Amino acid sequence: MGKTLAEKIWEEHVVRRHEGEPDLLYIDLHLIHEVTSPQAFDGLRLSGRAVRRPDLTLATEDHNIPTTDLDKPIADLVSRTQVETLRRNCEEFGVRLHPMGDIDQGIVHVVGPQLGLTQPGMTIVCGDSHTSTHGAFGSIAFGIGTSEVEHVLATQSLSQAKPKMMAVEVVGELPVGSTAKDLILALITQETTGGGQGYIVEYRGEAIRALSMEARMTICNMSIEWGAKAGLIAPDQTTYDYLQGRPSAPTGADWDAAVAHWDSLVTDDDAEFDKVITIDASTITPFVTWGTNPGQGVALSGNVPDPASFEDDNERVAAENALRYMGLEAGTPMKDIKVDTVFIGSCTNGRIEDLRVAASLIEGHKVADDTRILVVPGSVRVRLQAEEEGLDVIFKDAGAEWRGAGCSMCLGMNPDQLTPGERSASTSNRNFEGRQGKGGRTHLVSPDVAVATGILGHLAGPADLAELEKAGA
Amino acid sequence: MEKFSTHTGVGAPLRRSNVDTDQIIPAVWLKKVTRDGFEEGLFSAWRSDPDFVLNRDAYKDATVLVAGPDFGTGSSREHAVWALQNYGFKAVISSRFGDIFRGNSGKAGLLAAQVDEKVVQRLWDYLDDNPGASITLDLESRTVKAGEGVDAIEDSFTIDDYTRWRLLEGLDDVGITLSHEDDIVAYESTRPSFKPVTL
Repeated sequence: MGKTLAEKIWEEHVVRRHEGEPDLLYIDLHLIHEVTSPQAFDGLRLSGRAVRRPDLTLATEDHNIPTTDLDKPIADLVSRTQVETLRRNCEEFGVRLHPMGDIDQGIVHVVGPQLGLTQPGMTIVCGDSHTSTHGAFGSIAFGIGTSEVEHVLATQSLSQAKPKMMAVEVVGELPVGSTAKDLILALITQETTGGGQGYIVEYRGEAIRALSMEARMTICNMSIEWGAKAGLIAPDQTTYDYLQGRPSAPTGADWDAAVAHWDSLVTDDDAEFDKVITIDASTITPFVTWGTNPGQGVALSGNVPDPASFEDDNERVAAENALRYMGLEAGTPMKDIKVDTVFIGSCTNGRIEDLRVAASLIEGHKVADDTRILVVPGSVRVRLQAEEEGLDVIFKDAGAEWRGAGCSMCLGMNPDQLTPGERSASTSNRNFEGRQGKGGRTHLVSPDVAVATGILGHLAGPADLAELEKAGA
Repeated sequence: MEKFSTHTGVGAPLRRSNVDTDQIIPAVWLKKVTRDGFEEGLFSAWRSDPDFVLNRDAYKDATVLVAGPDFGTGSSREHAVWALQNYGFKAVISSRFGDIFRGNSGKAGLLAAQVDEKVVQRLWDYLDDNPGASITLDLESRTVKAGEGVDAIEDSFTIDDYTRWRLLEGLDDVGITLSHEDDIVAYESTRPSFKPVTL
């Protein structure tokens, strides 16, 4: 019987296999940031261990980084201590670091692909659940906890039980105005937050093949939001075109050898998945969340659901709690929901393509009164690229705020936070209670919906913007 | 890591599903660079509610948390496990755990015991009827017990063999792996030259 893509990569990385034990897997790339690493480095020091492969390790600062006043030291002393701790640890253990102020600083999941360090067929881990992003290149990439960060630092390997294999077959074509974000949000609502649990998911089919690398990253990024161990997409010419010429991409004979290998990284025709889900992309319309987990979503054209409509007791109670927290009434049209803050950024939607789409939609419009739009590029290089293309001017002319790079309001570890009761439309990945600031209310959206919402002041899609333009003309 | 064989302690019913790690410990607490002192941040948004289960006298010494499905989803933060442990919890019972949370628990020595959803419901009802009652978790036999007589609850929980063994022995994962260093060295000698390096 043939193998799935994920099985092939898995088998290529088994260092040790022993009856009754999880496989010991080799890790090709270990990404590090300031939040989940300090206790791991402490552990190394306590046991007198070194970083086994600093040459397969890369650190950047992202979660705590302010997006304003970048020329000043971090004002929050606790944040500053955490960032300084990372700097000391990287120096002591010989790990390459892209700190604040460095041209390669940014969100760890934007930086890896941008440098060309993320390549097909690799195993990639990071103390961050959105490590699944890197699966877009056809690699097995997943988030780990701090004990595991210490384990990888010390051994460059990780013991892991082999997950089951799932295929998500995305047939048909995404309609104009619908994006990769809408597709993944709709999938998570269909499958719920636990639906992918125990699986590595391969996203397949013509709609996936048609996506750009950055859109593929958006899909894989949110694999964790439906509980999957990892999500990945087989590499193809789109992948190679994106990679070639990047600083860490192979060159010359190495490139040819790499491509020859990458070409073999496809699921065999006779491979069997443990589970297969089929989705018709042509049915996908702009999709948003109404609740407090990413599986509580609905079409933008729909209404806030009635908790009584959920058959499962836990889901019904969760819906009641969510509506209370979100300050929403069942039956309210989603488009009637007024929004205070729009956040465009994060490892889900903070790359250059996202900013290009957002800028093209916002051009010629003004941000609604009583609404603010924050645009936070995923990395310094994304920011510089956007500025070179004049996108920053378009955003600023429309009244949006153009910020420095980092995780920012996705999780509010820096000063970019919602205040209690404040409502956001956010291109990030989590709408958990308090995620963007204590008492903050988050609706997850695509960049297209984010911009339309910021201009109209209530949840809205690109079609509503087009109507506005028609009316204006 | 301390050995874990059996534990008996006060059970606290957390009647919620989808308790993500942001709820267990909000991001603002993640700026600390130590493994201790997270107990204050545990469920901090909910603890301002006087009716929250951990604010009730009967449960103030709780060591076993009984939660709804999909406990520990979301962020990879091991701080969620540390916060539960710092507070005094030794075990969490749920019908489904977030993968990373479950892994982190096994590494840090918190027992994540997975049971059938009906068992969670029975434990919730039992704890509501008997506030402050204890639950026993026996890792050797993988059983959970509560109550006595005809209404006694006794059922099995699942935990993978390897994590169970490590918890029973209190073994350090890094130490185990380093005992196989020859295998790592051998593997490294076969890695293709086109794989990227950072230095």
